[in-house]
Amino acid sequence: MQQNSPTLSFGEIGLFFLSGATFLYGLMAASRRVDPIMEIHGYLIAIISLAAIVLLAARATKAGKVQDHADPYNMDVVKAGVIASTFWGIIGFSVGLVIALQLTFPSLNFDTAYLNFGRLRPLHTSAVIFAFGGNILIMTSFFVVQKTCKARLAGEIAPWFVFWGYQIFILMAATGYLIGGTQSKEYAEPEWYIDIWLTLVWVTYLLVFLFTLFKRKEPHIYVANWFYLAFIVTVAMLHVVNNFGIPVSFFGSKSYGLFAGTQDAMTQWWYGHNAVGFFLTAGFLAIMYYFIPKQANRPVYSYRLSIIHFWALIFLYIWAGPHHLHYTALPDWAQTLGMTFSIMLWMPSWGGMINGMMTLSGAWDKLRTDPVLRMMVVSTAFYGMSTFEGPLMSIKAVNSLSHYTDWTIGHVHSGALGWVAYISFGALYCIVPWLWKKDGLYSNKLVNWHFWISTLGILLYICAMWVSGIMQGLMWRAYDQYGFLEYSFIESVEAMHPYYFIRALGGLLFVLGSLIMAYNLWKTVKSGNPVVARDTSKTPMLRQGEAA
Amino acid sequence: MRFLTFHQILERKSILLLIGILITVAIGGLVEIVPLFYLKSTVEKVEGMRPYTPLELAGRNVYIREGCYTCHSQMIRTLRDEVERYGHYSLAAESMYDRPFQWGSKRTGPDLARVGGKYSNEWHLEHLANPREVVVGSIMPGYAFLAGTKLDYRNIGDHLKVNAMLGVPYDEEMIAKAKADVLAQLDEDSDDYEAFAARYPKAPVGNFDGNARDVTEMDALIAYLQMLGTLVDFTVYDDQANLR
Repeated sequence: MQQNSPTLSFGEIGLFFLSGATFLYGLMAASRRVDPIMEIHGYLIAIISLAAIVLLAARATKAGKVQDHADPYNMDVVKAGVIASTFWGIIGFSVGLVIALQLTFPSLNFDTAYLNFGRLRPLHTSAVIFAFGGNILIMTSFFVVQKTCKARLAGEIAPWFVFWGYQIFILMAATGYLIGGTQSKEYAEPEWYIDIWLTLVWVTYLLVFLFTLFKRKEPHIYVANWFYLAFIVTVAMLHVVNNFGIPVSFFGSKSYGLFAGTQDAMTQWWYGHNAVGFFLTAGFLAIMYYFIPKQANRPVYSYRLSIIHFWALIFLYIWAGPHHLHYTALPDWAQTLGMTFSIMLWMPSWGGMINGMMTLSGAWDKLRTDPVLRMMVVSTAFYGMSTFEGPLMSIKAVNSLSHYTDWTIGHVHSGALGWVAYISFGALYCIVPWLWKKDGLYSNKLVNWHFWISTLGILLYICAMWVSGIMQGLMWRAYDQYGFLEYSFIESVEAMHPYYFIRALGGLLFVLGSLIMAYNLWKTVKSGNPVVARDTSKTPMLRQGEAA
Repeated sequence: MRFLTFHQILERKSILLLIGILITVAIGGLVEIVPLFYLKSTVEKVEGMRPYTPLELAGRNVYIREGCYTCHSQMIRTLRDEVERYGHYSLAAESMYDRPFQWGSKRTGPDLARVGGKYSNEWHLEHLANPREVVVGSIMPGYAFLAGTKLDYRNIGDHLKVNAMLGVPYDEEMIAKAKADVLAQLDEDSDDYEAFAARYPKAPVGNFDGNARDVTEMDALIAYLQMLGTLVDFTVYDDQANLR
């Protein structure tokens, strides 16, 4: 029933004040015109704040209805996460394709200020890592923590603040890159005011997750939640420390970092490598630990292995950063530590892979019949491959050849496309029928097409980068018979052209695959058969007649 | 298996799990980062380092804004081929005023740590505007728009001030004269030039973009590129001096 006197929660009142404050700040920043970036962002902040105030007011007028929960879980915010991650995935992959083409055909830079490679590259990396990956992580963590704790997500408006706050972060970061706002720290490019906003959103995310754990009706915290918790906490620590700085003006976009030179390099790669370790690994391992056992209808292979590999992984990863700085002006002792721990990291990584893959023991036949499960198992195989390649490349002798070349790019993409994206696609294919209560996907055949097209794309991509990267490294250090350097730099650039073309082709196939997925998911929501009186999230494979 | 029973406690208490995670992930960073701030050998003392001139700093900010670091490193490693191709390996001291550092992670284009003085201003101007007219086969985007964009240096003094707060040795005079120094670096015959050159030894001077009317972003970027790696005189540099 509608109530005439709306009741506001503490969070809603807080958000009202926050939106009011950001609205005023946006207007002031825009009118001061300290720099063109903040001028545009000031207006953007003001518009978003105004929209938030209007939405909050609309919500307050029907506050009475919010208390009735038809669903014991908060699944609406998870559904929103599915839509957002699919959307940002396609954007991120497409921008990747554009910059791959720019490297192949430089005239595609159009020599404008806004669309050149230097500005689009951070847009691509942030869109795939933070917009696609981040939304996948937030969405699945909200789902998994509710299901495994048998508890509704903590807070009513807080999860929505996390969702929309995160989208605003993405919007601000992405528009910032295009108009030139960056602090040039890789994967931490957004400027100080966007960093502060993300900190606010992230702390709320941590609180929502923690308070849901507090409410749990299960005595034990499920292993996936350990990984989610480690990911959320560590990313908070990394983000805050790496972004310490002082803005030139409170109403301007530019800031200078607290650390300089060598110390800054170490801090940045401590952050950068653990963006890989905690954002792109720990978080997605959590997905593996929930979705693979669910889809295979098997328990996790080894409980002991999961304990050992969890603690070993999060302890060792943090040390690995200096392998990005071999033979540089970083002190040797730090380089050696970084290399040593990177090699040791191979073991817990493969512990995770084995635990994921062996979960299928007794159910290997499902790889033939279930393309979604196949996608997720192949993702653990890619995880195993790139976590072997990583330690290999962290060895100083190998790194002297591979560093600064395309080999690194290939390595990153075998992890990012093969592991992160595939486990995410698997999760999306699982979760859409569960959330929208459908009896399976619209088409398993289309999943098959997606799988094979994008696998071909990944293989083209990483093989091209192996060849071009190693060739680059060898050309740079080649000597002729008189002891002079054999090649000028530009000769190595020209030699890359065919491989850049093959890489772009691989990228195109990957984008096509993601479009097929989006169509399949859309059709599942729109026209799939509804499930009648059966909790599909618990027994997704029941229709295949699985014996207990 | 005692550790399993111990682990049961962590699995049942989310706060203990949280604290356990925090301690576990803090150790590596503490061991690797903190000593870099107090071990003297991290950044050796070198003759010749000075803070960026206001124009160079503005140029550096253009370099950052355009994402040049996505394709160019500024770090010559201690490898024979790199030293022969680019010059003396980079010293930690050479980036001691860099916030943030620009060592980079990828060489789609060549390293720029010692590009200063290698080419003429005209070469840079032409190359930045139309890379493939100067270097056939280059895949660099063109940055002709920089020559048409006036440099916004209204607040350049504030930029120096913040850097000074963070420990870069800009003195009060440098901050007060920041705007004038932008113009002085573009014109060797100006009245302020001598005082400027005394404040910033070895700073490249000239009308970098060939356009005497305006101070453009192209001026700033070329001024920055022309000073990269030029401050330390390696004919007198003693690599044993800092050994203990």
